[in-house]
Amino acid sequence: MIPLHHILFFSSTLFCIGLFGALSRRHVVGILISVEIMLNAANVNLVAFSRWTGLIPVNAQVFAIFIITLAAAAAAVALAIVLTIYRNRKTIYTNEIDLLKW
Amino acid sequence: MEVLTAISKVGIYVIFGVTLLGAMMAVTLRNIFHAALSLALTLIGVAAVFFVLRAEFLGAVQILLYVGGIMILVIFTVMLTTRIGDRTIPTSNHQQWPVLIGALLLLLYFVRMIGKTPWSIKSELAVVSAVQIGKSLVSTFIFPFELTAVILVAILIGTVILAKSDEGEEKS
Repeated sequence: MIPLHHILFFSSTLFCIGLFGALSRRHVVGILISVEIMLNAANVNLVAFSRWTGLIPVNAQVFAIFIITLAAAAAAVALAIVLTIYRNRKTIYTNEIDLLKW
Repeated sequence: MEVLTAISKVGIYVIFGVTLLGAMMAVTLRNIFHAALSLALTLIGVAAVFFVLRAEFLGAVQILLYVGGIMILVIFTVMLTTRIGDRTIPTSNHQQWPVLIGALLLLLYFVRMIGKTPWSIKSELAVVSAVQIGKSLVSTFIFPFELTAVILVAILIGTVILAKSDEGEEKS
């Protein structure tokens, strides 16, 4: 079996890629995609710790299930909001959505 | 048999590489539809990592919920909203290079900290079965479980109300 370090390197790289995407994308759906990547990196970390170091290994996997559930729910709401914004403003680029700027 | 052992040792790194490649494509590709397809590749790669780590239930949930559910939602939204493949529109904002440097510094910090920390690794690796997860969900985590049910109902109703077209109000 591979050492714990390698899994952690993998998940932190995945997280940083997602962070880069979330901060640099202009497209709202692109930002959502990046956030999903970051949540997946967190899940990989939880599962790795449950296998290698956890005192109660079940807890980490239950946490991961909650994260997956809430990520799915959040994605559904966010995509509904994107659809509504597109219907009202005819754009989905973050710099053109300026309803809440003065 | 030695070939099989070698392949099984290299295999996880191949999965890592494919997953990271998919993630990089998902955050950099110009065409947002292609980015969504790369996200599917990443999610399947993460599910494969779950299977390798002996978290079979989570891997199955990942494929069902992410690849089956969220991917469909994302692709639907892309198709309903974007002018796909319009090359004149820039896909990133002006912060691209500072953000890239910041993310790389954060990655460097993570790698150093992971190397420094003395992990207390158990002598035998844990394997969690789906039965244990189910029992834990309805005993230790019963309150968050019920709370999740309430949140899901609220989100179901909220999503329908947000996304339904209100043509009747526009006409009046």
